[in-house]
Formats: sequence, structure tokens, C-alpha cells
Amino acid sequence: MHPVISVSRLSKTYASGHVALKAIDLEIRRGEIFALLGPNGAGKTTLISIICGLVNPTEGSVRADGHDIVRDYRAARAKIGLVPQELTADAFETVWATVSFSRGLFGRGPNPAYIEKILRDLSLWDKRDSKLMTLSGGMKRRVLIAKALSHEPQILFLDEPTAGVDVELRRDMWNVVRALRDSGVTIILTTHYLEEAEEMADRIGVISRGELILVEEKTALMRRLGKKVLTVQLPAALARLPDSLANYQLALSEDGTELVYSYDAAIEDSGITALLQDLAREGIAFKDLHTEQSSLEDIFVSLVKDNR
Amino acid sequence: MNFHAIRAIYVFEMARAGRTLLQSVVSPVLSTSLYFVVFGSAIGSRMADIDGVSYGAFIVPGLIMLTLLMQSISNASFAIYFPRFTGTIYEVLSAPVSFVEILTGYVGAAATKSVILGLIILATAAVFVPLQINHPIWMLGFLVLTAVTFSLFGFIIGIWADGFEKLQLVPLLIVTPLTFLGGSFYSIDMLPPLWRTVTLFNPVVYLISGFRWSFYGVSDVSIGVSLTMTLAFLALCLITVWWIFRTGYRLKS
Repeated sequence: MHPVISVSRLSKTYASGHVALKAIDLEIRRGEIFALLGPNGAGKTTLISIICGLVNPTEGSVRADGHDIVRDYRAARAKIGLVPQELTADAFETVWATVSFSRGLFGRGPNPAYIEKILRDLSLWDKRDSKLMTLSGGMKRRVLIAKALSHEPQILFLDEPTAGVDVELRRDMWNVVRALRDSGVTIILTTHYLEEAEEMADRIGVISRGELILVEEKTALMRRLGKKVLTVQLPAALARLPDSLANYQLALSEDGTELVYSYDAAIEDSGITALLQDLAREGIAFKDLHTEQSSLEDIFVSLVKDNR
Repeated sequence: MNFHAIRAIYVFEMARAGRTLLQSVVSPVLSTSLYFVVFGSAIGSRMADIDGVSYGAFIVPGLIMLTLLMQSISNASFAIYFPRFTGTIYEVLSAPVSFVEILTGYVGAAATKSVILGLIILATAAVFVPLQINHPIWMLGFLVLTAVTFSLFGFIIGIWADGFEKLQLVPLLIVTPLTFLGGSFYSIDMLPPLWRTVTLFNPVVYLISGFRWSFYGVSDVSIGVSLTMTLAFLALCLITVWWIFRTGYRLKS
């Protein structure tokens, strides 16, 4: 299947001389949720802004659903909806008016039934006659999503959709995004909440200092880079580790009641069997044990650190 | 052509004017009425006729032009500056619209508002002085042409300005003096020859002169020259706007 967005050799150098993107290549698959991760200033917003037409590229090209975003900008932009990072809204407009305005701006004729559906889906229907300045931050974010969806786009960009949003609302937002994906919309979101990418994304791209340092299926990424940790709880405190267990590079907790073993979950022989046998041979009993998957956060931190 | 977009922007802008009706209509009407009371009735009654037109009636076209210029510029500059200021401009920039549609929407709405205002002031003037309009079609033509041209000029200012101060600067420091010195209150024939020549470099002279001709059939410069100069300024503004959208000046980095 053709990618819904293909970015090739895209570079951006701002007038100030700041290099925001260095020859990015990226393909987004139709119907996926793609999370673009990266620290602040990595180039996430610049990439999105170029695709949406807010920033001029220095070099390279982007095609959205087959349309070049510069030469064929009308067709390309009609397919795209953008929810910006900043909560910018016309304070004096009503929810209904501002969403209808967006639809018209993107070249669609009025369709009150469709606008009503979006507002209901986003729990904004009760607020349709409220002025935007009277809404809370979370509600404003929903209005921006409604505006972005008003022209029935196939591709939706969410720039930090849950920044500054409380936990409950964040879960709500995730449900909204999933429902959108189920309706066939391709979603590209940027975030620096790893939890968010881990929870939502099908694929993850990591961007750091203007370079895409990794693009991978989330599950494969977690599997490939995922370290696991085995914690063994002991019934009695251990003063020191027996020399025979030195190979395992175990860590002993301060009070001596926990042994921590890190291993690579992707490798066939994780060494757990041998470790447990060796523990038994040393006469060390154990009360309980549990394993833990390292989070995307750990993966991310190590990736970005390597890139420095 | 994205007609839905033009309509959306136009309706949005007109609705904004509706919300600020008091400020947009009452204040210009009030200040113009004051001009009529002071210059038209009080001082005007002691002034000689100019080219066979009573002084009170003579200043009507100039006063309408004064309001038309100020309002066109402030309407259009604010219309585009405010979204830039608040950030909502992102939506217009990411929409499938060309600068032609953006301009038609914003400038069309700004010009509509100032033409309506001009007509209201004309009606107000009729209360104070007997009016005579020899060429009503030309009068309307000049009204619309000037409103469009200066709304375009305002649009450019709204894009150039990077603060509210600059937004006020051009209307206050350039347009007001040019209008006052452009023959709103006198015929440039009344000036010494040197100053008359200097005045001919003031573009507003041509606007007021042409507009006054449509009322009373008398003018400082020929109607053809007035029309040409106005169209030339319109073309200059259009080229500037075209360049702005081509390069993304102050809109895109």
C-alpha cells in the first residue's frame, strides 16, 4: 500500500542559522497511529509545520496522499487536519461558529449534521453556543480537534495533544484518538510523554537534534531494546553476594533482602534458569520473585543519550 | 478557487464587526458630525464659496475620504494582525487557500465595512448641509475603489506590524497628515505655487479630488489622473501582497 505521507530528504535551516531538520526520510502508513518522540527542540514541531504548510522547507519534498505539499498544496492540505500545540482560539467566537468556519476555510460546504456529530463525539455538544474564552483548557483542546476534523481529513496531526492536560482528560483524549483511527484516519502525534506513545502508537519514530534516529513498530522496539529486570526477594538478609554468583552481575539491595538481575528478554538464553539453580546450590532460599519490562522511557533516554 | 473559504473568512470578519458595532460605527459618525458642526456650520458660514460650492458642502467628500481611509486601514490591518498576534493564523496558513482567497475574504470584508460607513457619513452630512451628487455612479465607484485599495494597504500594515504600536503608527503618522494636507478642507488651488507642486506628490490629493468631482463636477486635478493614480496605488499594494505570500514574509519562517 502507498504510504499516506512520504517525506524525503527534508531539511530545514531557519534564517537564524538554526538547523532544525537534517535530511529526514519518513513514510507514514495509511491508518496507523504514528508517534513522533523527541526532547524539546528536537524538530518535531518543525517537521509537522512543514507538512501542514506553516513553515517553508529548505530542501526536500513531502507528499500527502500522493500530492506534493508545495506544488499541489490545495489537494494535499484538504486531506490534512492540524491540532496545534498552543491553545490558540478566537476568544469571542462560539464553538459552533469556529468549527463551521474551519470547515468552510478548508473548502467544504456547510454540513450541520456532520459538525453536530463531531461536537457530540468530542462531548462538546452542550457547549456549542459557548464562547471559547469561557471554556477550560481541556475543552479548548477538544475544540481545536473538532476544528481540525471539521473538513473530514484523512490525516490528522496532533502536536502534543495532551500537554498540560490532567490524567483523566488524557485518557479521554486517547479514546478519542483511537476512535478516530478506527474510523480510518491516519494519526501522527508528537509527544514527550512516553507513556502516551507506549499506550497509543502502532509505530514510533524518535527524533533528536533534527535527525530521525529510529523508526520502528512499537512492539518490536520494546522487544528489541527491552531489558527486563528480575527481582528476587529473600526471606533473610544476605550480608554479601557469594563469589560463585559474580558472573550474573547481580545487585544486592541495601538491606540485603533483594537480588536484582538485569537480562535481555530478546535473547534465547536469558540465564534465569541457571541463576535460580545456582542460588539453590548456594543455599539461598527465596520468598518471591517478579520480572519487570523496562519502559519506553528507559529505551528513549538511552537512545537520545547515545545520540549526544 | 476555494469559494467556501472566501465566504468563511468574509462572514467571520463581518461577524466581528457586528460585535463591535458601537466602536465601528458610532465613533466615526460622532467625530464626523463634530467636523460638520465646527467647520461646516460655525466656521463655514463665514467662509466664501469655493468653485461655487458652499464651504460646508465642499468638505463633505474630504471628510468621507478621511473616514474611509482610516477605517479601511484599521479594519484590514487589525483583521490580519490579530490572528497573527493570538496564533490563530495557523489555520489560514494550513488551509487549501491561495493568497487570492485570503485577500478577497479579509480585504473584501474590510472594504465592505468602510463603504457602509462612508455611506452612513454621507447620510449624516445630508443632515447638516444640502448635498448634491452630480455623478452618483462615479461617486460609488471611487468609494469602493478607495476602500479596496486602502484595505489592501491596511492588510500589508497588519502583516508588517510586529506590535500594536506599529499598527497605529502608519495611520497616525502618515495617513492623517496626508489626508489633512490632501485637500480635505481646502482646494489645492488656494496654496502658493510651490506648495501646490509639493502637494501633487501626496496620493490622497488624487483620491479627494476625484471624489469631490463626482459630487460637484469640480476638481483640483483631472478625473483621469485621479483614477490612474488610485489604480496605480492599488496595483502597488497588490504586488506587495503577492510578494508577501510568495516569500512568506512575517507569515512563514
